[in-house]
Amino acid sequence: MEAESGSSSPGRKRRLLRLYYSAAPEPQQEEQPDPCDINGAQFDPELYLNKLRKECSLNELMDQESCMVRQIRSLDSDMQTLVYENYNKFISATDTIRKMKNDFKKMEDEMDCLSTNMAAITEFSARISGTLQDQHAQITKLSGVHTLLRKLQFLFELPARLNKCLELQAYAQAVSSHCRARCVLQQYSHMPSFRGIQDDCHAIMERLAQQLRQKFRDGGTSAKELSECVELLLQLDEPAEELCDKFLSHAQTRLEADLQGLEAELRDSAPIDVSTQKLSSAANPMSPSESSTSSHFLSPAAQTDILEFIDRGCNEFVSNLCLVIASYQELFVNRPQEGELASKNIPQMANSKLLVFVDTLAARYFSLVERRIQEEKGVGDNSLLVRALDRFHRRLQAVSKLLPGSAVPSQGTEIVIQAARERIKQYLSALQSFYLDSLTDVRQALAAPRLSVGGTSSAGGGALAGSGPPGKEAPPSLPDLLTSLSNSILNQIKSVLASVHLFTAKDITFSSKPYFKWSGPPWTLTEQGEFCSQGVREGLVVSFIKFICQSSRQFCESAGDRGGSTPPVLLLLLSRLCLDFETSTISYILTLTDEQFLVQHHSPVTAVTALCAEAREAAQKLLNHYVKVQGLIISQMLRKSVETRDWVNTIEPRNVRAVMKRVVEDTTSIDVQVGLLYEEGVRKAHSSDSSKRTFSVYSSSRQQIRYAPSYTPSAPMDTNLLSNIHKLFSERIDIFSPVEFNKVSVLTGIIKISLKTFLECVRLRTFGRYGLQQIQVDCHYLQMYLWRFVSDENLVHFLLDEIVGSAAHRCLDPSPMEQSVIEVICERG
Amino acid sequence: MEDDAPVIYGLEFQARALTAQTAETDAIRFLVGTQSLKFENQIHIIDFDDENNIINKNVLLHHAGEIWHISASPADKGVLTTCYNKTSESRVLTCAAVWRMPPEWESGSHESPDDSSNSPQTLELLCHLDNTAHGNTACVLWEPMGDGKRVISLADSHVVLWDLQESSTKATISSSATLEGKGQLKFTSGKWSPHHNCTQLATANDMAIRGWDLRSMSQIYCIENAHGQLVRDLDFNPNKQYYLASCGDDCKVKFWDVRHINEPVKTLEEHSHWVWSVRYNHSHDQLLLTASSDSRVILSNMVSISSEPFGHLVDDDDLSDSEETHHEEKSKEPLQDSIIATYEEHEDSVYAVEWSSADPWLFASLSYDGRLVINRVPRALKYRILL
Repeated sequence: MEAESGSSSPGRKRRLLRLYYSAAPEPQQEEQPDPCDINGAQFDPELYLNKLRKECSLNELMDQESCMVRQIRSLDSDMQTLVYENYNKFISATDTIRKMKNDFKKMEDEMDCLSTNMAAITEFSARISGTLQDQHAQITKLSGVHTLLRKLQFLFELPARLNKCLELQAYAQAVSSHCRARCVLQQYSHMPSFRGIQDDCHAIMERLAQQLRQKFRDGGTSAKELSECVELLLQLDEPAEELCDKFLSHAQTRLEADLQGLEAELRDSAPIDVSTQKLSSAANPMSPSESSTSSHFLSPAAQTDILEFIDRGCNEFVSNLCLVIASYQELFVNRPQEGELASKNIPQMANSKLLVFVDTLAARYFSLVERRIQEEKGVGDNSLLVRALDRFHRRLQAVSKLLPGSAVPSQGTEIVIQAARERIKQYLSALQSFYLDSLTDVRQALAAPRLSVGGTSSAGGGALAGSGPPGKEAPPSLPDLLTSLSNSILNQIKSVLASVHLFTAKDITFSSKPYFKWSGPPWTLTEQGEFCSQGVREGLVVSFIKFICQSSRQFCESAGDRGGSTPPVLLLLLSRLCLDFETSTISYILTLTDEQFLVQHHSPVTAVTALCAEAREAAQKLLNHYVKVQGLIISQMLRKSVETRDWVNTIEPRNVRAVMKRVVEDTTSIDVQVGLLYEEGVRKAHSSDSSKRTFSVYSSSRQQIRYAPSYTPSAPMDTNLLSNIHKLFSERIDIFSPVEFNKVSVLTGIIKISLKTFLECVRLRTFGRYGLQQIQVDCHYLQMYLWRFVSDENLVHFLLDEIVGSAAHRCLDPSPMEQSVIEVICERG
Repeated sequence: MEDDAPVIYGLEFQARALTAQTAETDAIRFLVGTQSLKFENQIHIIDFDDENNIINKNVLLHHAGEIWHISASPADKGVLTTCYNKTSESRVLTCAAVWRMPPEWESGSHESPDDSSNSPQTLELLCHLDNTAHGNTACVLWEPMGDGKRVISLADSHVVLWDLQESSTKATISSSATLEGKGQLKFTSGKWSPHHNCTQLATANDMAIRGWDLRSMSQIYCIENAHGQLVRDLDFNPNKQYYLASCGDDCKVKFWDVRHINEPVKTLEEHSHWVWSVRYNHSHDQLLLTASSDSRVILSNMVSISSEPFGHLVDDDDLSDSEETHHEEKSKEPLQDSIIATYEEHEDSVYAVEWSSADPWLFASLSYDGRLVINRVPRALKYRILL
């Protein structure tokens, strides 16, 4: 119990302490103090003794006891030493106290003396202050009056000082002085003298304000002075709105001057343009031919070029505008607001004013730039325009940075886009005129005397079979013309594409605008990248190809009725050109375009196949027209020859008529001509000697059958029956039918047309005996030569049969000529 | 369908001349003139029995020569004119004459149609329209809807207006005009306008179409280069007074408004060879026949430039019908110019085509080999125009 209670109370304290100093309590068993520890505080002699008695043997006890006695003795001696030491200290202390008692007594006496002295001093001091009090009050009052007088003097001097400031143009000082005095004057304004001062000040300040305004209005002052002016005026409670207006109007006059400079330049450029052109053309009359060979585009006249113009616009107008915007914003928009100025909401007002100002000026600037761009007609050097536009666009970015809300940059972009569109149109028309020019060139080349292509080769009938290229010495042959034409077109397209490509160059700022560049997934905005797809591809390349096709078709339509206006060779050439376009050129050009401009086909574009179909259609139409025109030319010859002759009273045929020879010659030359551009084509097989074989069949068997009944009037039906049966087995012949793209088909078409005309003309005439025989001879001659050219010789045979048959019908005295005689005549030529 | 099949009639001789019997409005009757240098030429009177689809023919002899052109009087059924070749001693001359058909031909033929060839009757000559000074006669035109007393003959470069007197037995020249110009000008064809009180005439020579005022006998308009080549034929729109159609060797058919002669109103290019004849339907002027030496006859529906450009108004009660008919209605609505049919029964050049004067839905075409084909306008179209 005791041990427990003994150990409990200090243990608790220690625990508490420990709790206080550290959160972690220590293990419990270490807490238990040993009551048998002889040095411990809780030592229990009873318990110790018992424990010793229980645990130790006698010897041990004895040892323990002697050890204890030894220890007690040493402790006793220690205690005695301590007591003695303490006694000595006590004695010395007592001595010290006694000494102190004596000293204090002496000190008391001195203190008494001091107090009496102090009382005397106090008495004297009171007496002195009593005498000095009056003077002190007086001095205090005097100093108050002095300061007041200083202030009053300031006030009274204020007008003069202000005047002085005004004279010295120290406006800032004047304004600050006035500000200081303003409140006081306001407060004491009921007193007449102060009122006078106030009025004077007002008048002076009015003048000052006037001067400031004057200075403000005058211009010419630097921006810093100007801003100082504005600041002072604002401090003088000048209405901010008016100031804004004034500031802007002042700026406007300067910017107007810039604009007028630009405009003057614009105005000057036109007459200069004309005169320089005149000069240049007068100076070197050879220039047209030179320029046409070097570059087919007009080179712009030597006026200030657009880059210079834009440069000037940028450097003068745009940079000034930026300056104005910046200083304006400094003055009105961004200034820290204090006092009553803050309540007026100046920044908003000022900002809106600025926007209007910038917009109106920019609009004028833009209109000038637009006019200048419109004057840029020459399509020679696109890079100049692109660079000018780039600069134009780039400089406007500064405005957009200064004035985020302004519509100016977007309008500028709009102008650039417009210019690009315009440019594409110009290129298209340039391409078109180039094409027409080169057509004219081709036409002239064709008209040159060398183009008697057939004339050289078809001198004799024997040389007809050889369809090799004629007259090598002739400068440009038909295929050469074709390749040069198509190459020059291709080159022109390429060069135009190259110059248009500048618009999308990477270092051009506006090339990243959505109009020029495709950016973003296809489902977001379909009209993006319009420049490439709609502009270049559709507007330029596709339109040009369509133009070629269309103009080719026009050759068929307008010139269709009057065959003479378009040389047939040109038709042939164009037809081949269109066909080449269909097979390769179109897809090449379009692939080139798509690659160069990375055209994405998200918006509907004309397909290659559609264009090819159009080209093919044009080619077909041209070739058909060529066949028609050539057929017509030969037809006319045949027709005139039939119509103008008196067939009843003709003499016995001695030779083939010249017309027939001419027909064969022309056919041969056409054959050569077509052979230069088109492939041979397929023809039905025929024997090498087909002319003779078929002719003999036709002449011997048919004529007997045909003409035999004529002499027996009783059976008129037979001829019809026979001819009808004959027709049943022959196919119907379409005379003006579309031809295929090969030589044989073309020639077949022409010969069909010619022979059918011959037939119809023969049917309208009446023949005498020799008339019929002449027709026989002519037909045999045609037979001999024409079969070579056609795909199916039976066609020629059939038509010639019909001609001879019809002539026999229309003959008053049908007695055919002997076949052998015919052959002899024909052989003789 | 059976009714729509063409009816073909074969002549023994070659033939170019075809006309409807203009004065006959009950029977469907065509006259065909043959061309033969060796045999007696004939005029075949072709009667078509519409109900039985049978052709009856009668043959009249035309001794004078081969017939190049034939036209029937609009007033007297029995009177007709022909242009024929007269061959005399190494000279061929085309003359014109007015003939009367013998009155008995009709009764005689009905009794013994097979014997007609045995005893062919002969045309009775009323008078010659000849004036050797004028040269070869290309065609003779009757005054449309007239009393059969006035005819015009086109001879070489002369327009000659004749008055027929004493029941057509005497012809006197009432006025004439001559085509002036370079070279040898020759009329190829002409047409007497039924409009303007029959005071106008249109002629074709070479590539030009000319209009004439018959009162003053002077030219009123001239379409130079109407066709790229020779103009073969022309016809007036019976319902629109300023419109005429022409055709020629450039394979084209052109429609003209003679008030604006610079450009044709419309051009068709369907034939593959010369177009020899063009004919408006007498009552429905959107129907147009063309005949060509490509052996085809083409029937076109030229709604856009007809007098009924929008067709008949669609009946309102049709609209209440089911959706299907409505659809049909819609597809029908925009009536467009189109080719209705191409007739390919001929095997030789077709030189003449004529509408029947009695049945507006029926026409005949004649090819050089003597084949006459009678065709009808397709029934579907007929009902569409009528209803």
